Amino acid sequence: MKFPLRQLLFFVGAIGMAILYALAFAHLPGPEGLRSMYRDVINLQTVEQRHITDAITAVNFDYRGFDTLGEEFILFVSVMGALVLLREEKDQGGEKVPDAAWPARSVPPGDALRVWTLWMTGPVVLFGIYIVVHGQLTPGGGFQGGVILATAPLLIYIAENLEVFKRITSHEWIEIAEAIGAGGYALIGLIAFFYSKPFLTNVIPLGPGGTNINVLSGGMVPLIDLTVGLEVAAGFVVLLYAFLQEMLVKQGDQ
Amino acid sequence: MIFYVACAVAAWLFLVGVYGIATSDNLVHLVLCLVVVQASTYVLLSAVGYRHGGVAPVFADVTQTQTTVDSVVQALMLTDIVVEATVVALLLAITVQIKKRTGIVDPNNVNLLRG
Repeated sequence: MKFPLRQLLFFVGAIGMAILYALAFAHLPGPEGLRSMYRDVINLQTVEQRHITDAITAVNFDYRGFDTLGEEFILFVSVMGALVLLREEKDQGGEKVPDAAWPARSVPPGDALRVWTLWMTGPVVLFGIYIVVHGQLTPGGGFQGGVILATAPLLIYIAENLEVFKRITSHEWIEIAEAIGAGGYALIGLIAFFYSKPFLTNVIPLGPGGTNINVLSGGMVPLIDLTVGLEVAAGFVVLLYAFLQEMLVKQGDQ
Repeated sequence: MIFYVACAVAAWLFLVGVYGIATSDNLVHLVLCLVVVQASTYVLLSAVGYRHGGVAPVFADVTQTQTTVDSVVQALMLTDIVVEATVVALLLAITVQIKKRTGIVDPNNVNLLRG
């Protein structure tokens, strides 16, 4: 057994880390010193300058938009990485069928579950779209709404089976949506070049401001929200599809 | 005061998670321990952005002069959460592959360098 040695090593490291952490804190200026000026500047600027009431979305998609582009590509690349890892091995042949050794799936879902989850699907889609488009006004945005949208096909999978999940997520379209989501953000950033401004400058005319701020007020931010929502929703559906596909086994293996 | 408590909680979450990773005997458990480690960064970031009596920096229903928590740190936390979700997806995909190729999920016995 390696465990005792390993635990000993862990505790030596943990004590060292605890001491360094405490020492680092002893010399920190404390909560007062950690307050940044950026918070005050952004709080005073977002509504007048960008016509956005949610300061977090303003930071994410406008003031710090270039970093969020990188963040979106982290998501894109890791979905791609997961798909490469979970790719089907074609050389072995044989039709893929549900794994009979998995007892949970030999029992069909009950009627109450099916009615409830299918009834929930519509409201979940609506709620997801609402969260995506209202990111500039209230907490939410493309990342949060996209994940909610991706749960809709999952609800249908719970109520039905993998065949239905496959049919409604129609693979090529999801991949096209993901590509549009990833590329759209960068393309919106390029619009600024026509105005001789730096990449991702908010040059799209702002909508009504003041107390009349609506979902279209933020210039490029609503558009970016939409592309990010599309990217996240499509990315997660592709990921779910790849993981659910793993539950199938080759016909010959049973 | 809350700031120091939150920092202590962050350190505790970090150490508990690392302990879980060090002694894990299942790759799925190991990935979830990494989630615990990453949760410590959320607590630390929240602590850095915390202001006593601060509200969420959403000016739909509060005035701009009201004390709010730090919106820059909140935006960083969103990035943190997205990165965590993607890292977990990638690690679980690797776990599926390891299980498929070797039939083992215990990280102590996984030896992928076999000839």
